[in-house]
Order: sequence, then structure tokens, then C-alpha cells
Amino acid sequence: MTKLDSKIPEGPLAQKWTRYKDHLKLVAPNNRPKIDVIVVGTGLAGASAAASLGEMGYNVKAFCFQDSPRRAHSIAAQGGINAAKNYQNDGDSVYRLFYDTIKGGDYRSREANVHRLAEVSGNIIDQCVAQGVPFAREYGGLLDNRSFGGTQVQRTFYAAGQTGQQLLLGAYSALSRQIGLGRVKMYNRHEMLELVKVDGKARGIIARNLVTGAIERHSAHAVVIASGGYGNVFFLSTNAMGSNVTAAWKVHKQGAYFANPCYVQIHPTCIPVHGTNQSKLTLMSESLRNSGRIWVPKKKEDAEAIRAGKLKPTQIKEEDRDYYLERRYPAFGNLVPRDVASRAAKERCDAGFGIEANDTNEGVYLDFSTEIQTKGKQTAYAKGNHNPTAEEITALGKKWLEEKYGNLFTMYQKITDENPYETPMKIYPAVHYTMGGVWVDYNLQSTIPGCFVAGEANFSDHGANRLGASALMQGLADGYFVLPYTISNYLADDIRTGKISTDSPEFAEAENKVKSAIDKFLKNNGTKSVDYFHKKLGHIMWNKVGMARKEQGLKEAIQEIAKLREEFQKDVYVPGEANELNPELEKVLRVADFMELGQLMAQDALQRKESCGGHFREEYQDAEGETLRDDTNFKFVGAWEYNGSDISTEVLHKEELVYEEIKIAARNYK
Amino acid sequence: MSTTKNINITLKIWRQKNAQSKGNLETYQLNNVSTSSSFLEMLDQLNEQLVNERKEPVAFDHDCREGICGMCSLYINGRAHGPDTGITTCQLHMRMFNDGDTIYVEPWRSTAFPVIKDLVVDRSSFDRIQQAGGFVSVNTSGRTMDANAIPVPKADADKAFEAAACIGCGACVATCKNGSAMLFVSAKVSQFALLPQGKVEATDRVLNMVRQMDEEGFGNCTNTGACEVECPKGISIENIARMNREYLSASATSDK
Ligand SMILES: Cc1cc2nc3c(=O)[nH]c(=O)nc-3n(C[C@H](O)[C@H](O)[C@H](O)COP(=O)(O)OP(=O)(O)OC[C@H]3O[C@@H](n4cnc5c(N)ncnc54)[C@H](O)[C@@H]3O)c2cc1C
Ligand code: SF4
Ligand code: FES
Repeated sequence: MTKLDSKIPEGPLAQKWTRYKDHLKLVAPNNRPKIDVIVVGTGLAGASAAASLGEMGYNVKAFCFQDSPRRAHSIAAQGGINAAKNYQNDGDSVYRLFYDTIKGGDYRSREANVHRLAEVSGNIIDQCVAQGVPFAREYGGLLDNRSFGGTQVQRTFYAAGQTGQQLLLGAYSALSRQIGLGRVKMYNRHEMLELVKVDGKARGIIARNLVTGAIERHSAHAVVIASGGYGNVFFLSTNAMGSNVTAAWKVHKQGAYFANPCYVQIHPTCIPVHGTNQSKLTLMSESLRNSGRIWVPKKKEDAEAIRAGKLKPTQIKEEDRDYYLERRYPAFGNLVPRDVASRAAKERCDAGFGIEANDTNEGVYLDFSTEIQTKGKQTAYAKGNHNPTAEEITALGKKWLEEKYGNLFTMYQKITDENPYETPMKIYPAVHYTMGGVWVDYNLQSTIPGCFVAGEANFSDHGANRLGASALMQGLADGYFVLPYTISNYLADDIRTGKISTDSPEFAEAENKVKSAIDKFLKNNGTKSVDYFHKKLGHIMWNKVGMARKEQGLKEAIQEIAKLREEFQKDVYVPGEANELNPELEKVLRVADFMELGQLMAQDALQRKESCGGHFREEYQDAEGETLRDDTNFKFVGAWEYNGSDISTEVLHKEELVYEEIKIAARNYK
Repeated sequence: MSTTKNINITLKIWRQKNAQSKGNLETYQLNNVSTSSSFLEMLDQLNEQLVNERKEPVAFDHDCREGICGMCSLYINGRAHGPDTGITTCQLHMRMFNDGDTIYVEPWRSTAFPVIKDLVVDRSSFDRIQQAGGFVSVNTSGRTMDANAIPVPKADADKAFEAAACIGCGACVATCKNGSAMLFVSAKVSQFALLPQGKVEATDRVLNMVRQMDEEGFGNCTNTGACEVECPKGISIENIARMNREYLSASATSDK
């Protein structure tokens, strides 16, 4: 059994990374071309890692399942990226970003990792600007910032509501440059389906060419997994349709521990569910909470009338609105962290105040009318109009909103057919991000030597809850500024190894495993589609392993998922053939892994008898409905070891979290 | 305010087994489609029906389903991304159609985008154009200069952003009678030409990207402006004019 060694360096927190880096082993430039590295994923984490390693001179092979690396799910991030630049001179610093992230994560992340993240955050912005990323700027030509939840400073850099797109295109351009120079070989429309270990070390992967169906062997001296998060285990989430856990899960099954699978982030501001054919949920960026006020009617009869279509939100008088976040959390108001905002919405809807006319009545308002007035007046004044009419104010206010959030408002209107400049948006929480992931040490190496994990796929920096605009920061930090050092340190011992052969029994065995899984599903001759099972799984997960969990429900979920998994194996029907483009085959392989993961998530949630961040156990709350953490018994990272196909036999390992710098306290946003 | 209802439609969809085979339009009847479904959710519904009938579902590209990844394509009733403006196919909703409509669904058609299967095409030519010069040649060390060292006029930054908003979907190519990629290429060239960080290499960039574009077999631009109309991100043909200027001055000064 591997012992969990986080490999956190000695020394004072603020100097750990610098000192550690100074003593890492290096690979000389002339040796690097002899060394192969595989990078699975081309999101912010994978693209930045592949570009950096390629630039250093390693021989890199990069993989993505989309038709171009530019389409990785990172592209969809809207709101922004954090960095401790303190350009706004509002008291920000590396320490404060570090502190906010630890607190936001509800004291369930590693101090050393988070501090490193905060340290390199500034460099990310420098790097991106140098690459030509067109961030939003002020009239003076300098970079603009906005606020995000869980902080009281303005440290979020953005590009309208398309920050992820601009950052990914920046990383993609760096990657493209290396591809053009021949240092990175790109495999589009390829899916990794197995990790190959030789002598206990990660030495390659088996991938399926999604166009021809060919099963390919690829060897390397180290493998980086940057395959994103697993939110789609819920079927409905804000993740892209193809986002999946397969790469991370295969690594887990080969011996990498999987940490904190139960930590899921439910994002408070998404468009509510509209019907049974719905395929995904759309996020309305958290940045909207800078300008929008969240409310439901104070009176139940008003909520009922709204749902029945008899009353419009604009007809509800100010004194009849319950701005419940401002009421409950006066210090942070609408900018409380996501988990807090989500639970508060659920609390109101469960109590009967939901405003959406769907099956569950789940929806609340996000209202921009106050901001239209405030910004309208400010703009009029700035233009020298000190006596603006009501119409002028409204027009200017709307224009201000359009400049700031235009594309988000258009997106909302296209989906719902309602105009958010005139009537408040309807929103509700949805699955968005997964803090859990493959367990990694300080070097971002998993418990399999040579297998590194970056970005959302690892568990490393966000504890039990991620703050807005911090995932983009982490992805680029991992890929540009951490992995290049730590992988080199690992590879320094491999300069004499020579090329890894793909003719070994290990490769043959891994390939056979993949082929027989494909064969099994194609010959299964069941009666139900992949989506049928995926939706069922999603249902169990949302109802019993979702925003609020309790012992009874979790125990039921474990049973139900195990049963569903059996049924799925027996009765799923997959049309088409192996040697062609076959989207149903792609889906079935992913859902097979989601079934196993779903069960582990429920087990992890059951084991964690406390509430923290995104993990809310109904049994553990205070009189006001706030989370009750148990630092005596649960201040650890829960890392699971695979132990055969019966998921209930997975073994839990604990990494105790040590807080040297921060005094651990109750999280308070009041 | 929207009211949701269910409609019945007839679909004529391009089916093609693989790149080598010849394709044809197949007809499908689909009932009870909610008007608040997206177009791709409608196709999901069709595919579910096909799978239940033990037939092969229709292959189409998609991922984010919110208009940003550029993966979805589709020529719908003779228009790239369908009968609405400023959106991608995944943002098209069934409320744009009526009960009893017949809807034609075809892949992008262009020599530089060969069909892989059904509605899926190969757009890797776009990637190769980017690899030829769609970048600033800085290394990834982060040791550049402070991000605020060079102020950029807001107007330039905004214009660069508008050009950078291109999602690489290829609708401009599909809709152009010449199959030209000028809108796509000019958007990238413009983004960098407008920023001080990109200016340094502007000459080489435009020459290399245009050379690669020609090698990939894209057609010539004859200024019909069809691309701009169908572009889901509102990329302006001003960018093409800017690129032409960049190209002319680059050709004149380059010693290559
Ligand atoms: C709608 C939305 C908005 C968001 N907004 C923000 C925001 O404003 N700020 C913020 O900080 N964060 C935001 N996030 C979170 C953030 O976008 C993600 O956490 C982050 O982009 C993940 O990056 P990544 O590189 O880890 O993975 P991804 O970008 O998900 O990339 C995964 C890559 O892995 C590849 N891949 C996966 N499996 C395989 C396989 N088996 N074989 C081959 N390739 C594979 C994929 O092709 C892809 O290239 C948002 C998330 C969503 C869903
Ligand atoms: S220019 Fe417009 S149509 Fe062409 S690829 Fe870019 S976004 Fe698509
Ligand atoms: S699926 Fe991403 S743009 Fe349509």
C-alpha cells in the first residue's frame, strides 16, 4: 500500500516554492528531445503544459477528443481569472488571495499548494498579455478588474463574458506555435481509454482514433492527465456535452488515488431546467452578481401567481420582495460564495417561494433594475448631465449593462425568449465544477510515478469549494508554471532510459482490455440507449448526492447506482461499429466510468460526517442552516484506492491537513 | 413572453457513411418536439428515436452547446447555423419553426472541409493556418514584463477583442460561394495587428497565414460579404480590409 506523502517542502510558507524550485533536478537542453511526454487534454491546463514542455524541447504528444484543441471545455468559461496584482489598490496581495482561497474552500485545501497558486497568479496575467490576450481595459489603457464572490477586493481580470475563450485561445496559440515548430504532435479526435504502466511507472496510453476507430499505442516517459472535471456524472450540468471522467478514472483504476470525489460545486446562477429533453444547463456568469440582486417574493401567494402566469415580477412592489442574500449576509450580500448562494436559493424554493413554472418550481430572480438606475445616473453625471430625465437614466443604464454583459444577456434571451433588460432573469443552481479529482502531491504527481494530473482533473487547490475565477488561474498555473519544473525533476532520472517500446506485454494487455470493452458493448444487444441510463444515473445523483445529502439518501444512492450499473451492463444498446466514427460508442464508454464514479461519490459523501463547502449534510447544520464543519475528525483529504470492480470495496486513505499559517475558523460571510 | 408548445416536423438529413462513400438525403418524421428545445436537443430526440428503432443515429459535431466552442456546424434550410442571426446552431431554438415544417439539414460544404460522416466535417485546415502564424512568439516563462507596462488604448483593445471573438466554426467558409476563409484568417491577423504585442511580427504573420490558407485550398475572396452575414460572432469584413492592407504592405517590405 502506498503511503500518502504530500511532499510539501520544508521552510516558511512564502518561500517554499522558490526554495524548492531552486533545488529541483533539471534536464539539460540536449537531453530533452530524447524524452517523450504525453499530455491528455488541451484545455487551459493541458494546452499550457504541452506548449511549455514543447518549448523546453521535450517531445510532446497532445490529445483531445474534440476536432481541435481550441474547443476544450475551458473555452466556455465566462467571468474571469483571479490574480493578486492589486492594480486597483484595494488592499489585495498574494497573502490575501491565498487566504481567501483557503477560507473559500472551507479549510479543506493544502496551504502550500494554495500559496504557490497565489504567488504565480500575477505572472499568468503578464504571460497572457504578452501573448496578445485582449483583456478588458479602462480608458487610460490599463487593465480593468471586477469583483467575484467570496472576496472583498477587485482582482478578477476579464474579457467581456468570454474570458475562458480568450485565455484558451492564448494557450492554443502557444500550443499551435509548438505544433508548427514540430515539437508537439497533436492528436485531435482521439480519446485516451487506458493508461499503460511498465514496472509500476506510467509509460504510455491506449487511445482510440475517433474517426477511424483504430486503437493506438502511444508510449512516453511521463503522462500528464489534464482531462477536466466530472460534473457530467449528473447528466445535466454546465459542462460541455463531451466532458467526462474517463481519463482520470482509468488512471484511478490503475492505482492513482481519487481524492474528495464528493466535493461538487453547484453554481447558483444558471438558467432553470425547462423540460425532459434538456441536454445541458447554461451558466449565467457569476460576474452578474456584481450588478444583479437576487430575490423571490415575500408572499407565497405572489410566488404562486407568478408561476401560474398571472403576475409578472415587475409588478411585485419593492417591499414585497425578499432579497434573501442581502437579508442573511449583509457583509457580502449578493457576493457570498457559490455554495452559500446555492443553498440559500434551494432553501427559499423548498419553502415554496420558487418562481419557475417547471416540475419543481425551482427558480429565483436575478434583477438588474437597481443597477440600471445607479449606473444610468453615474454615466449621466460623468457626461456632464447633472439633471437627467428618468428615460435618459434608464437608457444610459441599459447601455452600461450591455457593454459589461452584452453577450450574456443575448445568450439568455436566445435561450429563454425573455429580455433581461426589461424583466429579471430567472436562475437556479446547477452542477458546475468538481473540486475532487485525482490525488496529487505538491509536484502534481499522482500515486503512480510518472503520472501527473493538472487542472480540474486533480483535487489540489480548492478544498471543498472553489471561488469564482480561480479555476482558470489554477489551470494555467499548473500548466505554465508548476509542471514544467516538477516534471523535469522526475524526468531527470530518465535521460538514459531511451525510447519506451510499445511492443511490450503491458501495452498488448492494455490494448486488449480496451478492445474487449468495446466489443462487449457493441455485441451487448440490449434494449435501451446510453442516454436512458445516463439520465437515470443523473437523477439519482441530483436527488441524493446533490446540493443536500443525508445518510439515508446516500445509502440508498449507493444501492441504486450499483443496481443501475448492472442493468446498464446487461441492457444497454450501442448501434454501429468499432471501426468508424461512432458517437454512441464514445458515450457508452464514458457512462460506464460515470457509473463507478457516481457510487464512489456517494460513499465519500457518506463517510464525511460533516458539512463543508459544497458538501452539505443535512444532519450537520446549525440553527440558521449554515454548514457545521468538524475539524477534529474530518480535517483531512479523503483519497480512495481502487480495489476491484466492486466499488464498495475501495479503501479510504487520509491525508491530514496541517494549518501552520492560517488560523482555522468558522467561515463567516455575515 | 414565450409559450412552449409541441410541433411535428419532417427532417431531410444528409447521411453519408464515411469520407469515401456517396451520401444522400434521408427523410425522417419527428413528432412532439418542444418549441423550447434547442435544435440540437431536437436532433438528440431524433437519435433517441433512431436508436430505439435499432437504426444508426445521425452523427453531428457539438460540445459546449452554448455558442462558444465552435464545434457545432450544420447547414439548415440553406443557411449556415440556420434561420436566425448572430447565433450558432446549438443556440438555435425550435421556436423558430412551425408545426408541419420540413427542415433540411446538411453538413458544411467546402473543398477544404471534407465530410467525415453524415454532418461531421474535417476543419483541421483551420488549425494548420493558426500553426503557420496565429501567435505571438513569446516563450511561456511568464518572465515577460508587467501586464500594465504597455497601456493599450481602450478602442484598440476593444476592436482586438471583437476580432478575437471568432470561434473558428467555419460558417464563413461554408456560406461563401468561393469557399474563402478570409473572414476567419483576417480576424486572427487583425487581433494581433491591433495590439502592440502583436505588431512586432505582423509582417511575417500575415504572409505565413495567407500562404497556408492558399495551400489548404480555400477560395479567393470576391467581397460578396456573405460571410459577415452568417458569422455567429459578428466578425466584421472590416477585418478583411485590414488584412489586405497588412498583406500588401508586408509583401512590399518583406525580403522573403
Ligand atoms: C460554463 C462554465 C463557465 C466557467 N467560468 C469560469 C470562470 O469564469 N472562471 C474560472 O476560473 N473558471 C470557470 N469555469 C471553470 C473552468 O472553466 C474549468 O474548471 C477549467 O477550464 C478546466 O480546465 P481544464 O484544462 O482542467 O479542462 P478542460 O478545459 O475541460 O479540458 C479538458 C481537455 O481534456 C480532453 N480530454 C478529456 N478526456 C479525454 C480523453 N479521455 N482523451 C483525450 N482527451 C480527453 C478534452 O478534449 C479537453 O481538451 C467555468 C466552467 C464552466 C462549465
Ligand atoms: S469568422 Fe465567424 S463564421 Fe468564420 S469561423 Fe470565425 S466565428 Fe465562424
Ligand atoms: S456546440 Fe459549441 S458552439 Fe455550438
